[in-house]
Order: sequence, then structure tokens, then C-alpha cells
Amino acid sequence: MLNKNLLKTLLLSALVSASLSVQAHRAWIVPQETVLSGENRWVSFDAAVSNDIFLANYNPGRFSDVQVINPDGSAGQVENLHTGKYRSVFDLPLTQEGTYRLLLASSGLRALWEEDGQRRMYPGRGEQYSAEGFAKAVPDNAEKLSIIQSSRRMETFVTLGAPTRTALAPTQQGLELVAVTHPNDLFAGEEATFRFLIDGEAAQGADVTLIREGTRYRNAQEEITLKTNSNGEITVRWNGAGRYFLEAEYKDNKAQKPATVRSGSYVAVLEVLPD
Amino acid sequence: MNKVSPRMALPALLFAAAQCVSVPSVYAAELSVTLAIPKLDVAEYHKPYVAIWIENNSTKAVTNLAVWYDADMRNNEGEKWLKDMRQWWRRSGRTLQMPVDGVTGATKGPGEHSLQLRFGTQPLHELDEGDYTLRAEAAREVGGREVLNLPFSWPLNSSANDANRTKGGGISVTQSGTEELGSVTLRIQP
Repeated sequence: MLNKNLLKTLLLSALVSASLSVQAHRAWIVPQETVLSGENRWVSFDAAVSNDIFLANYNPGRFSDVQVINPDGSAGQVENLHTGKYRSVFDLPLTQEGTYRLLLASSGLRALWEEDGQRRMYPGRGEQYSAEGFAKAVPDNAEKLSIIQSSRRMETFVTLGAPTRTALAPTQQGLELVAVTHPNDLFAGEEATFRFLIDGEAAQGADVTLIREGTRYRNAQEEITLKTNSNGEITVRWNGAGRYFLEAEYKDNKAQKPATVRSGSYVAVLEVLPD
Repeated sequence: MNKVSPRMALPALLFAAAQCVSVPSVYAAELSVTLAIPKLDVAEYHKPYVAIWIENNSTKAVTNLAVWYDADMRNNEGEKWLKDMRQWWRRSGRTLQMPVDGVTGATKGPGEHSLQLRFGTQPLHELDEGDYTLRAEAAREVGGREVLNLPFSWPLNSSANDANRTKGGGISVTQSGTEELGSVTLRIQP
């Protein structure tokens, strides 16, 4: 039996963002450039939902909630957000030297159950998650109820001047990347190490896939597939320079009650430069 | 100068060597670099940005010798392309406050350019014993990028320099570029 009060508390404490639906397909935020020098610089970003890596041909997503963490840890804001047919575009003025993080993150509970033999779920496809909605949609006596504690995060990074790490500090919530190798200091001929955390602890056994841009101009995806070790780490040997789509998936049964399954997904776009 | 007994002289000399003499002496070695920028037959030509620096064998930039860029542009706009010298940018440029006295200068056109520097005199400070690489990197707007690596060892009498030995105990190392750099020669004379 579900204790609705406990559930509500959990739901309210969860970080709720309206952008879950963006990630039904592959979604990405691609910076035009990631390593910058000089003064009064801006970076322009393309963002979209599309299974073809960095080819905007499906839908423009919803990026009005994109968050910016400035090099000093304060919150920044993107400007000139435009939503096109297939692609969202926005700009970020680089007002400080150092590394900026752009992200969309959400977490919450998802419920699957049956009613009169029909499979039901909340939130439904295209539906936004909310604590009230959850409480309303899931009946007290739902059959075959399973509740999943899920988190999603999508990020990218840009640096003006020397790379810094303040904006990279993990939140200890959901599945996230800890950049052992700085995400704006990646070179084709060098290995990079990334660590994944689930709710602040090493995420062992997460499946990580990396795909270099330009899949349209080759016959194979040439994806790099890796599994995190007991420390939550992977070591990447790049398939040459370019921008990469990184996707990590994690699942275990160490969920906070009443959830029974904990799952996390993480996406980042990283630029690897030629040596 | 006081006379030192022969017994004392050797340890004293070794000690001085270990300190890696930061005091410029009249015997300080000379380093010269000649670098050729090729003449290119292209529709839109911009003089390349060029950086010349010395790295130790753990790829740490030890000394910047020269950085040629558009320093005189309005609002420091010329700094926008510094990062296109990618290796120099990560090793050194991104932590520097531009311009740097005695290092940065205006871009240079096709032809041979040279630097004459003396160890212990800015910007070329004394080196610790070890293996080094003089690196020259060029990046050109609407053009390409090229980096050349010229290895040498310090002190000059290190056997690792034997292949590049010149008369008088100096060394000479040359590398030739294929796109953005012509011939680059490093000479060090004791």
C-alpha cells in the first residue's frame, strides 16, 4: 500500500524540471565552439531532439529552461532563444573567464501499473511530471504497481581562457558526470577519463556510448561503447577529433522508497580537438 | 677574486651548477631561432599567428620566446584567434595575460624571421638539466595550422645532443613544415 503523504514529500523534494519530454529521443545542445580566447566573446548553441547526431530534423525540443552555471558558480542565462521548426538556437555571453556548464536536469518518480488489464504509466508520453499530477494519476490501490526513481541530465561545456572546475561540481543528485579529464581539454590523441555518480556515489556498470559527429557522411555509427568500473569510471580513446554525443544509462534497485527501481540517464556533448 | 683551494673548487662548482645559475653570466649560452613563413598563393591571405616556446619533457611550457598576433586591433579583438594555436594555447596561452612584454609582437609576413636570445635574460630564463622541445606553431585565418617540434637536451654537452652537434660545442636542429611553416632552425651556442 502506498503512503500518499510520504510520496508527496518525496515528490516535492525532488528537483522538478519541465523538460523530461525533450529526452524521449536523443536530445542535444551543441556549442559552436568550446575553447575560446579574447574578450567580449559569445558562444552560439544549436539544440534539438533528433536521433541523427547533430542533424536537426525531428523537433526543436523545449530549451527555455536551460540552466547556465558561470565559472564562479553563479547562475547565468542564455539569450536570443529562438525555436525553429527543427532546431532551437540560443547564445551565451561569456562575461567571466573560465568554464561554463549548460544543463537541463530533471528527476522524479515514474509509476507503471495496470488497470483492468491495461498498462498505465505516469507521467504519460508528452506529459509533464508534477507532484500533484502524480498523486492524482496513480490510484491508491493500483495493481502491479512499480515506481521508478528516475533522473535525466543533459549538459555541455564551454571555456573562455583557462579551464576551471567550480561550475563542474557535482550536485549529488541523479546520474551525473565528474570530469576527471576536463571536458574542454580533450585532444584526439589523448585518453580521457570520466567518472559517473548516481546520487553522489560511484555508478558502477553504467553503459556509456560515445558517437562522433558526422554519422551522415559514413556508413557506420562507429560508436564507442564502454561500461563504468567499480569506481564509476571509463577511459575513452577517441575516434579522432570532432564533437561527440555521450550518453550514459544506469539502473539499479537501490531506490528511495516507495520506488523500487532507480534509473538515471546522462547526455553530454563534448568537443575533441586535433593534436 | 679570492683563490680557492682545488679541493674546494669542485664542490663549489657543482653546487653552483645545481642551483642552475639564475645570475646572467658573461658566458651565458645564446639561443637563436630562424623561422620561415611561406609565401602562399591564396585568394585571401592573412598573416599567420605564430608562437614559439620551450616545453620540458612533461609537456609543461617552460618559456615563451615569441607570440606574434594582431595585438593592435580595436578592443583587443585580435585575441579571439589566439586559441587557434591550439597546442600553445593549452600549454601556456590560456593562462597568460596578453600582451607579454618582450614576447608578444605583431604578425609577420612571408619570409625568414629570427630571434636571438641569451639564457638568463628575459624571456629566456635558465633551464634545469633535462630534455626539452622547442615548439613552433602557426595558425592562419582562412588557412591551416601547423606545429613543429625541435628536441634538444640541456646542458648542451648532454650526449642526447650528439646528433645535432656543431663546431664549437653548440647544436643545430632543423625541422621543415609543409603547410603553414617553412624551415625552422634552432641553434644554441655555448
